[in-house]
Amino acid sequence: MTAQRVALALIGALLVLFLALPIVSLFASATATDVASGLRHPLVWPALRLSLTTTLITLAIVVTLGTPLSWTLSRRQGRFWQALESAIQLPVVIPPAVAGVALLLAFGKRGLLGAVLGGAGWSVTFTTTAVVMAEVFVSAPFFVQAATSAFRRIDPQLVLVSRTFGASPLRVFFRVAVPLAAPGLGAAAAMAWARALGEFGATLMFAGNLPGTTQTLPLAIYTALEADLRAAQAISMALVVVAFSLLWFVRVTLKSSLEVS
Amino acid sequence: MNACCRLWALVALLIAVGCSRDKADGRLVIFAASSLREAFTALGTDFERAHPGVRLVFNFAGTGELHTQLTHGATADVFASADQRHMDELVRAGRVGAPVVFARNEPVLVVSQDAAGTIRGLGDLPHASRIVVGAPEVPIGRYTLQILDRAASHHGGDFRARVEAKIVSRELNVRQVLTKVRLGEAQAGVVYRSDTLGASDLRVLEIPAAINVVAEYPLATVTGTPHPGLAHDWTLLVLSEAGQRGLARAGFSVVQR
Repeated sequence: MTAQRVALALIGALLVLFLALPIVSLFASATATDVASGLRHPLVWPALRLSLTTTLITLAIVVTLGTPLSWTLSRRQGRFWQALESAIQLPVVIPPAVAGVALLLAFGKRGLLGAVLGGAGWSVTFTTTAVVMAEVFVSAPFFVQAATSAFRRIDPQLVLVSRTFGASPLRVFFRVAVPLAAPGLGAAAAMAWARALGEFGATLMFAGNLPGTTQTLPLAIYTALEADLRAAQAISMALVVVAFSLLWFVRVTLKSSLEVS
Repeated sequence: MNACCRLWALVALLIAVGCSRDKADGRLVIFAASSLREAFTALGTDFERAHPGVRLVFNFAGTGELHTQLTHGATADVFASADQRHMDELVRAGRVGAPVVFARNEPVLVVSQDAAGTIRGLGDLPHASRIVVGAPEVPIGRYTLQILDRAASHHGGDFRARVEAKIVSRELNVRQVLTKVRLGEAQAGVVYRSDTLGASDLRVLEIPAAINVVAEYPLATVTGTPHPGLAHDWTLLVLSEAGQRGLARAGFSVVQR
């Protein structure tokens, strides 16, 4: 018994080692002065602020629009809904740079919708709005996928019972489905947020790279990498620390909320 | 026993063949800046024809990326850089031998079709609604800032500030600048002449020679290459009349010697 448990743990440890080694090296190869001077790099703070604001707006949009969609997807069967669910997953597979080009071709000056928007004298490329759009495009599929499976795990009997007791569909959604799926929805939101924070290719293509306006942390890292590996490393560490703290916070909160319920 | 011996002999033979193959028909690995792709690929065909059994392997990427790869011990025989600074750093680190400048690339102004009427030269740049340039961390961005500074003598002391007020993005490579001007997202940008070849959907404007900063492309043999002879032959080919003709066809300025 114990031997088997140890064997399983050892196999798991191999993957942990592989995943952790690059991250640990990122921290281990930098001295304290490197980090201090890196964090004083002019690119760092505007990028950190921009990354936090854009990803939080993204998260709000994804959760607001994605939760009802995931609920609907989880309740429907048939070819059309399967096709729709697969289509929503597409942005996960498309390389981010291609996603950026696609966004340009849709919302850019000469894009499908761009002609309409441009007529109103409004242009979205190179704005902070474009950053949020790129982040929503790449992160929403992660949320929808995880949220849909969270809703599917709800006992259909509970939904049926609340309907027979006369609860309206909206009431069932807000008072039964969402509370029951809350831990799963939280995990889905954390996944989507993490993906939005790391978003690089689509942002660079669609929103450009201007400090303070469109230069998020990953873009700042890549920009610094061109000139100064140490600064890039320091910004990368800041990104890792921010991401880890938030993911860890979500996990701890989810765990305590599970224990309460 | 006999079978065992035969097996060992086979293994030894395979090892011997493997080793000798490495020496006889070699693989020359060339790390080159992305802008050299067309010119070097074409020259590569000539080189392989002149050296039967030798196979060229190109790794085209941004000079900064190649520099990082070489610093961290990537295996290469020749390095062709799009700027002097990255090459100098590698020379100081002892990673490459003495470099030789083999080509020059002139920054030019590219203007989208719909802005061709308003922007007819460098001096009109402040009239553009949206300008895209390279980030100051990448060579083209550094040259662009130098050009804007030097243009002050012709277009007024605040010229750089007036242009910078219209900059909406500082891209990480030239292709990104070019794409955004071609798609009409930006009205103007600064790229290398070699990037504009075949781009018919935009207007290419010269930057006056007195103001322009010309990029020099150096090439060097990587220290400790197992193929110093082949690396030397490649350098000679690039510097030869045929090599320089190929580079000129790709939009580079030829090196006078």
